[in-house]
Amino acid sequence: MSLFQIAKTTVKSLFSAPATLMYPTKPAKKSKGTRGTLENDINRCIFCGNCQRKCPCVAITVDKNSRTWELDRFRCVSCNCCVEVCPVKCLRMENDYTKPTTDSKMKVLLKSEKPAPAQAPKPVAPPGVANPRSQKPGTPNAPSADSPP
Amino acid sequence: MAKRIVIPFGPQHPVLPEPIHLDLVLEDEKVVDALLSIGYVHRGLEKLVEKREFPEYVYVIERTCGICSYIHGLSYCQAIEEIMKIEIPERALFLRTMGSEYSRMHSHLLSMGCLADGMGFENLFMNLFKVRERIVDRMEASFGGRIIQGTCKVGGVRKDIDEESLGSIVTEMESIEKELKEITDVLIKDDSVKHRLRGVGMLSKEDAYELGAVGPTARGSGVKIDLRMRGYAAYDRIKFEPVLGTGGDCHSRTAVRVRELFQSADIIKQCAKKIPDGPIEVKYTGNPKGEYFSRVEQPRGEAIHYAKGNGSRFLQRFRIRTPTFANVPPLIHMLKGCDLADVPLIIISIDPCISCVER
Ligand code: SF4
Ligand code: SF4
Repeated sequence: MSLFQIAKTTVKSLFSAPATLMYPTKPAKKSKGTRGTLENDINRCIFCGNCQRKCPCVAITVDKNSRTWELDRFRCVSCNCCVEVCPVKCLRMENDYTKPTTDSKMKVLLKSEKPAPAQAPKPVAPPGVANPRSQKPGTPNAPSADSPP
Repeated sequence: MAKRIVIPFGPQHPVLPEPIHLDLVLEDEKVVDALLSIGYVHRGLEKLVEKREFPEYVYVIERTCGICSYIHGLSYCQAIEEIMKIEIPERALFLRTMGSEYSRMHSHLLSMGCLADGMGFENLFMNLFKVRERIVDRMEASFGGRIIQGTCKVGGVRKDIDEESLGSIVTEMESIEKELKEITDVLIKDDSVKHRLRGVGMLSKEDAYELGAVGPTARGSGVKIDLRMRGYAAYDRIKFEPVLGTGGDCHSRTAVRVRELFQSADIIKQCAKKIPDGPIEVKYTGNPKGEYFSRVEQPRGEAIHYAKGNGSRFLQRFRIRTPTFANVPPLIHMLKGCDLADVPLIIISIDPCISCVER
């Protein structure tokens, strides 16, 4: 008769630490290689549009003229494809999962108007001339962090 | 003759992880006929092949199924590599084999957990998932994703496993096996489980063969089909035998899955020991022109991927025949004549994956 086959396991688990993690009191597990959130170091981006063409989910929109790089976080499946195809390696995959948000809008990154330190491959307004595409008020100069809730 | 009534089962039902609808024709408590309708999660993934370039389509194909995703990716890459005559490095083949077996293990544990849950055996369900979590964690650490590992690519694999991790995989697998032994013994030997599963959903060997059952559904009835025996990836260098059951009932199918768990653990250990050094991918040029049928063994049975390229970046046609699709006729056959209360268990015992079926 083995009617109570599981009894041993049950008794054992009564006296052992819980198998579940008390999230959010304790942080969630993550490992080094986890594909979590996609981030872009916008100052190095050359707006080549490779990531947009290769993304299987059509989550990225790159606009060379207005120098914006947009990611629809709700479309992105964290597949790492764009990171692999980026020629200047400015995209990276963080191992944190994306924070929950109620904001369904895309994350818009505007390239800062100042030329990037090393090489700014894109034409910047010549010195002394006001840049016609000056930033709209309220738009952060530096690459914005996660859009505010 | 008793009066016939029709009871709708699904698409929302406590035992169903995915939407499938059955019209059960009942005579008293006995099911005399079952009419199946699907189409709740059709996503048109096969058509999408015309819109995504073939190297990127592997990301789409991996998302055909949320459970056996790795092997879908593997099969697709295999088909493209055959068409383009790409020779894959040995190390990549072993890594693919390991990835497949990890996904088989977590898929079988999920299926058995669902079965335990369907029986009302919550404790067993949670213990099975506790073991599964260890496997999923290892998958995340080695491949980057908990379920969608996403490491297969045309020409090899994306991620390597270093020597140190390979060693820890072996020791970890041994401790997982110990834990598994204890908990799967309950599934095989416990009287209440046996009482619930024995003689339910009978499928004879002949019926299984004629109706085209695949995977553990067929092997549970004693039909010896296991595509891994064909030796794709690195399976030709691994020692293993297909696991066969004899009963043809739900208990026999579950027992086959349990033994396959240990078989997978063994294959992973063999791979970790035998894996050769070398590159993990090769560069290739050109586009696929030609067609190929790629057949692989998924946790649920044989999957067939058909790819046809016309020399452009986009494939012309791609088609998947998933294992659950093949297991539907045997399922209908099993349902005829069973009790209404057994219907959920019989459905879970073929380990249905509806998203796969509808693609
Ligand atoms: S591929 Fe890289 S450099 Fe090109 S647009 Fe995308 S992020 Fe910018
Ligand atoms: S990670 Fe994948 S889905 Fe997300 S933006 Fe990059 S290519 Fe697209």
